[in-house]
Amino acid sequence: MSPPLKRTPLYHEHVAAGARMVPFGGWEMPVQYTGIIEEHRAARGAVGLFDVSHMGEFEVEGPGALAALQHLTTNDVAALEVGQVQYSVLCYPSGTIVDDLTVYRLADERYMITVNAGNIDKDWAHVTTSTAHVKDARWRNASEGTGLIAVQGPKAEALVGRLADCDVAAIGYYHFVRGRVAEVETVISRTGYTGEDGFELYAPADGTVKLWKALLAAGRADGATPVGLGARDTLRLEMKYALYGNDIDETTNALEAGLGWVVKPAKGEFIGREALEKSRAEGLRRRLVGIEMVDRAVARHGYPVQKDSRAVGVVTSGSYGPSVDRYIGIAYVETPLAAVGTPLEVEIRGQGKAARVARTPFYPPKVKKPA
Amino acid sequence: MANVPKDLRYTREHEWAKQEGDRVRVGITDYAQSELGDVVFVELPKVGAKVTAAKNFGVVESVKAVSDLFAPISGEIVEVNAELGQKPETVNQDPYGRGWMLVVKPSSKGEWDHLLTAQQYEALIAQGGH
Repeated sequence: MSPPLKRTPLYHEHVAAGARMVPFGGWEMPVQYTGIIEEHRAARGAVGLFDVSHMGEFEVEGPGALAALQHLTTNDVAALEVGQVQYSVLCYPSGTIVDDLTVYRLADERYMITVNAGNIDKDWAHVTTSTAHVKDARWRNASEGTGLIAVQGPKAEALVGRLADCDVAAIGYYHFVRGRVAEVETVISRTGYTGEDGFELYAPADGTVKLWKALLAAGRADGATPVGLGARDTLRLEMKYALYGNDIDETTNALEAGLGWVVKPAKGEFIGREALEKSRAEGLRRRLVGIEMVDRAVARHGYPVQKDSRAVGVVTSGSYGPSVDRYIGIAYVETPLAAVGTPLEVEIRGQGKAARVARTPFYPPKVKKPA
Repeated sequence: MANVPKDLRYTREHEWAKQEGDRVRVGITDYAQSELGDVVFVELPKVGAKVTAAKNFGVVESVKAVSDLFAPISGEIVEVNAELGQKPETVNQDPYGRGWMLVVKPSSKGEWDHLLTAQQYEALIAQGGH
């Protein structure tokens, strides 16, 4: 028997709104409220509200906090200033991926990392065990007590701005401030998983319902819409943002996954460095690329990719992209076939369907650029 | 509640069948389209192909899921709804009308009587559709 599904502080709000609830990473989450495509368009055209409270938050504090994170993550945490956020990866010694995450520098010697919901227990064991030798770094698992609402779309800044006690327009991309939104203490982070401008609002679990209701009410005139996991997936797919468990996992190497931009061997030792250095020197066998279907067909996770009937890779994500009006996907292919425009076939129900390597992101990002 | 027209027959896999003279029009039910969510792709056989009762004849895909389509009756396909290739969302908008999928010329008469009546189908979906 599987353990009972966990619920976020907003569970009853979703049910009351008529959401279709599904299991996801051990959680009972809304996959859609009215319809995936409608919700997708609301986030691209107005503003979408996403309950992402299922994500995990760990804090690490003390004189050894930086050393602990430098050992665990691939990116260079020393480059992070207080008030800044960094995308990064936790690797195994083999260079394959424990999880992808964001790292927040909350204070000089205090950081928060945000990890994927389905990986919370695994990650907690990994970060605490792997840094047991690091002195003066205290870990705290804040996942249970923390709610998280993403507010994404062209109207996000105006909406959050109306409810915040600070100037949210001044927050740069991948930066955050502490402030009150709808009188709830929050971390207001200019980050997201949609390619739209917007924020992720971390709030105490017991203030999350108040914050959600205030955002919906204040955003009604802007077309603020709750968005479920279905559209969260199509939005991130159009950006070619990796999803753990689909595009990246414990069998995929961070470099072949296209995450080399957050792998910084120059910073010094970290878990997986040696393997990734070796892999980079030897050349990557395969690459994670965007694909678009030429034949009318939908590529899905796990479908084989072929070139002239020879197996050359596998689809890791695929769907219809509502904002690009094409059938798109993400796939691992052999490195010589990774160039944009390369014709491929995706095997769908026993038939090779024409596809090609596509330029990504599929949809132009609208995120706020650094000043 | 899902719309279940009284004059149609149904399969346990959520297809409907409508008698039109000596032919049978086929599609998926309002319940099915609602459960699937936004339909983004429909794959149908060609005119002239044969279908067999309770056997797979095509595929309907929503954003999240791939579902097989099952023939309510055996026979030869005489019409296919070509509009669904370009506008798969028609299945959501009008499942019993413009969202039809096939017209079949049945090869045996007896199969019709094995299909569920509207009342039986309503009872099926009231139990969660399985």
